[in-house]
Amino acid sequence: MAKIEFAKKVEVATLSDLTVGIGYRLNVAGEEIALFKLNDGSVRAIENCSPFKKGPLSEGIVSGEFVFCPMRDWKISLTDGQVQAPDHGSVKTYSVEVEGETIYVHLD
Amino acid sequence: MKEKLVLIGNGMAGVRAIEEVLKKDADRFEITVFGEEPHPNYNRILLSKVLQGDTTVDDIVLNDFKWYEENKIELLVGDPVIKVDHEKKVVYSQKGVTRSYDKLIFATGSNPFMLPLPGAELEGVIAFRNIQDCETMIETAKNYKRAVVIGGGLLGLEAARGLLNLNMHVDVIHIADYLMERQLDEPAGKMLREQLESQGMTFHLKKNTKKIVGKKRVQGMQFTDGTNLQTDLVVMAVGIKPNIALAQETGLTTERAIVVDDFMQTNIPNIYAVGECAQHRGIAYGLVAPLYEQGKVLAAHICSGDQMLEHGYQGSLVYTQLKVSGVNVFSAGQFQDGEQTKAIRVHDEFAGIYKKVVIQDNKIIGAVLFGDTSDSTRLLSMMRNGEDVAEMSKVAIFPSESGEPQVSPVVALADDDNVCDCNGISKGTIISAIKEQGLTTVEEVKQCTSAGRSCGGCKPLIADLIKLTTGEDVSNAPEPICGCSKLTHEEVVAQIRELELTYPREVMNVLGWETDEGCSKCRPAINYYLKMVDPIKNLDDPTSRFINERAHANINHDGTFTVVPRMYGGVTDSEQLRKIADVADKYNVPLLKVTGGQRIDLVGVEKENLPNVWSELGMRSGSAYAKALRTVKTCVGAQFCRFGTQDSLGLGIELEKKFEYINTPHKVKMAVSACPRNCAESGIKDFGVVGVDGGWELYVGGNGGVDLRGGDLFCKVKTKEEIIDIISAFMQYYRENARYLERTSHFVERVGLEHMKEVILNDEETRYALMNRMEVALSTGRDPWQEIIEDEEKQKEFQKKKIEVLV
Ligand code: SRM
Ligand SMILES: Cc1cc2nc3c(=O)[nH]c(=O)nc-3n(C[C@H](O)[C@H](O)[C@H](O)COP(=O)(O)OP(=O)(O)OC[C@H]3O[C@@H](n4cnc5c(N)ncnc54)[C@H](O)[C@@H]3O)c2cc1C
Ligand code: SF4
Ligand code: FES
Repeated sequence: MAKIEFAKKVEVATLSDLTVGIGYRLNVAGEEIALFKLNDGSVRAIENCSPFKKGPLSEGIVSGEFVFCPMRDWKISLTDGQVQAPDHGSVKTYSVEVEGETIYVHLD
Repeated sequence: MKEKLVLIGNGMAGVRAIEEVLKKDADRFEITVFGEEPHPNYNRILLSKVLQGDTTVDDIVLNDFKWYEENKIELLVGDPVIKVDHEKKVVYSQKGVTRSYDKLIFATGSNPFMLPLPGAELEGVIAFRNIQDCETMIETAKNYKRAVVIGGGLLGLEAARGLLNLNMHVDVIHIADYLMERQLDEPAGKMLREQLESQGMTFHLKKNTKKIVGKKRVQGMQFTDGTNLQTDLVVMAVGIKPNIALAQETGLTTERAIVVDDFMQTNIPNIYAVGECAQHRGIAYGLVAPLYEQGKVLAAHICSGDQMLEHGYQGSLVYTQLKVSGVNVFSAGQFQDGEQTKAIRVHDEFAGIYKKVVIQDNKIIGAVLFGDTSDSTRLLSMMRNGEDVAEMSKVAIFPSESGEPQVSPVVALADDDNVCDCNGISKGTIISAIKEQGLTTVEEVKQCTSAGRSCGGCKPLIADLIKLTTGEDVSNAPEPICGCSKLTHEEVVAQIRELELTYPREVMNVLGWETDEGCSKCRPAINYYLKMVDPIKNLDDPTSRFINERAHANINHDGTFTVVPRMYGGVTDSEQLRKIADVADKYNVPLLKVTGGQRIDLVGVEKENLPNVWSELGMRSGSAYAKALRTVKTCVGAQFCRFGTQDSLGLGIELEKKFEYINTPHKVKMAVSACPRNCAESGIKDFGVVGVDGGWELYVGGNGGVDLRGGDLFCKVKTKEEIIDIISAFMQYYRENARYLERTSHFVERVGLEHMKEVILNDEETRYALMNRMEVALSTGRDPWQEIIEDEEKQKEFQKKKIEVLV
């Protein structure tokens, strides 16, 4: 893939904005992103779009490192974006940095 | 000295046949294998996955060189056989190797069919058949951007998906007017197209290529309709033709492919053919499952020393699945409607699901599934066993339509039904392997039984089998609440009561859940049970609720929501209608609709607008999204209707006001009609009331949904107070004893109408106890919209943060 990539680190929210188990909807420069705060306090960011019907993953039921797509109940990893068997597919993931209270997401 | 067995074609069918021979009689033959390709036998099926980047070439090797050595098989790769002398019984290879044989197997497969177009010889015009084609595509993608795939069939689409993953812009040219017309009917083909377009493919249907243009390398294409396209790569996937040139020169009888009998014998003694190059009873198969069956028979015959076996190969019922991420397609048998066929269809465009079963003489002869293929296993076995479906309800044929949590389809299989069709491994075989060798992972099962070794489509089933076997016996396994635990719904409720558990996580920890945070099946169930057991003490856990019940609106496929305000008993007034109109205008709501529940829905409201929409409507939530009382439909009744015997409006409104916002295992719907003409459809409601002269009739367990069921007459009483009491007690008993997501219709079927009459009608004490517990539960009911309107904090969840980034 011969395309130039420059990562962009964007401040998107603070830890207190997020509730464990409930997705947080973001639109960063036109990209729909869903943020999740896990039980261990760590934060994940994925493209807010189920690979099936383009449903918003931010609305899914969260279980540990996974979210269940609200449209078709597909189980999707918040860590690597992979759809779990028996379904297939993947969603884009974004690397996240938490500095103190502040959450940053890397766009590329 | 040993007999000599020579195999021409080092591919999937041929080598499988050899494996079967070795299984039967390991050191009977001295085996030589000629392969044109430079590789050991690999899994051609998985080339699609390699292209899509899900696996690598090394991972798809089925038998590595070591395997050939260990089995003392002489393997000559990169050296095709070019001549067979069947009198002398000798084969000659390109590199001059000669081998004599006692038995010879042709397994030369097929060649991709290349359209004889002008320019087809240009650099950058390829097929999709072998590792080399794959490598060419991967290489091309590094230096070029645009690709065209000719052919919108299985192969073409899998290639197209692969090229997308390689970051190429992909156009698919297809001659028919919808995709995969050999496997799908039109509706499914159309849905598939939408789906793939949303993945980024561009389709040109009903298009015919005139020529491929370019100097040395392809640069573009011209079509018969005068249009043209620029491209750097053309992949032809328009079909295959059995590779039978050598066979013809050898003098074997060929039609479309090499003609074989039920034992895979050709017309010349001691020469067999197997795989795509063989034609059995007029059919040359293009899928592995049948080829593997053929291999078995061939091996049996070769090893039997020619004495006739009674059971030859009988032909196969083939089915196809598309190996493209994000798309579930299944097709089998005769799926097009015909003169004598009838079809059952399920078509849900919201969820992108299409299911069709074609039935002839009460037997399923074909099926197409799109979007949700979970019923495929069961349908296949019904087809194979020629089950009589005359008496079956739609849900019996499509269990996935029951709306209930699904039991794995393997449960429905008989022990000798195949779980893995590619490799012909039966449920029984896998179960005993799991038991005897104590297998615990799909990988282990794959190693031991070779189930799951080819297309992998059966792996979920194998996983289910492991779960079911290493626990209770598959056959009589009580249905666990979900994959996270072996406990049944009843056991979970009992434990919650016994140990006075109060919070979902606590339940899962204490009861030893296998996943620490549960799943989308068990969490909502647990949350319901907790509040049912102790409505006062136990708090609701929103994170364990489906989005509809968190946003208090129905999510639509595009992420917008539907708002359905209460119109008690379906009665409204000009003021409400005005408000609805104003709100609809202000928030430009794309669709205003009269629902099937006698009220109005505002469809397509943005999530962030929900709280404002609610407060500006100034109406209460209609719970159209909730596992709770939905609507109470009414008819005009005694107030105006010339037939009306009772005040149906009055009772309807009273019922709706009393029971709104009570959580139930599944949604509950009511209706009140004022005479047996039943204009409110009381006959298909969870609780349906029909006014008659001097009294009321109560019907229970009706359902107008997936599993249509007429309600049973439960009782006939004089006063509406009695009706309300009985409904109250009945509903509480349902709340306490039904499994989560069990509608009253299924509940009544399960526990029996007589039992319900016993408890509710004949046993006053119990009835009052139930009514009292219901009152307690009712006391906690609130209008969720109001709660959110009043609470800034709660409104936060509805907001969406927008961030501009300056590049
Ligand atoms: C809005 C409405 C269609 C309409 O515009 O008329 C509707 C819309 C939905 N129905 Fe329904 N049902 C609607 C009346 C019905 C009826 C007719 C009735 O209630 O008289 C039925 C059959 C009667 C019955 O339920 O017994 C009905 C049987 C279903 C079923 C199948 C239930 C079953 O047990 O078989 C589902 C799926 C489910 O609940 O699991 C369902 C599910 C749905 C959902 C909520 C899909 C979902 O789970 O999100 C639909 C939301 C659409 C959307 O995007 O907004 N809907 N649905 C009706 C709302 C009625 C109301 O005012 O509350
Ligand atoms: C991309 C792709 C995806 C597929 N997906 C599926 C799927 O999902 N499900 C499914 O069931 N099927 C699928 N198939 C079809 C399946 O791969 C074939 O049906 C199967 O491989 C046929 O096996 P075979 O042994 O008959 O032919 P092959 O596997 O093609 O083996 C024939 C071999 O013989 C060699 N050969 C030919 N002539 C000579 C000669 N004269 N001397 C020596 N060697 C020779 C060829 O080089 C080749 O290696 C797919 C095919 C492709 C290409
Ligand atoms: S509204 Fe009801 S019937 Fe219509 S598509 Fe949705 S679920 Fe099916
Ligand atoms: S069904 Fe294809 S590998 Fe089992």
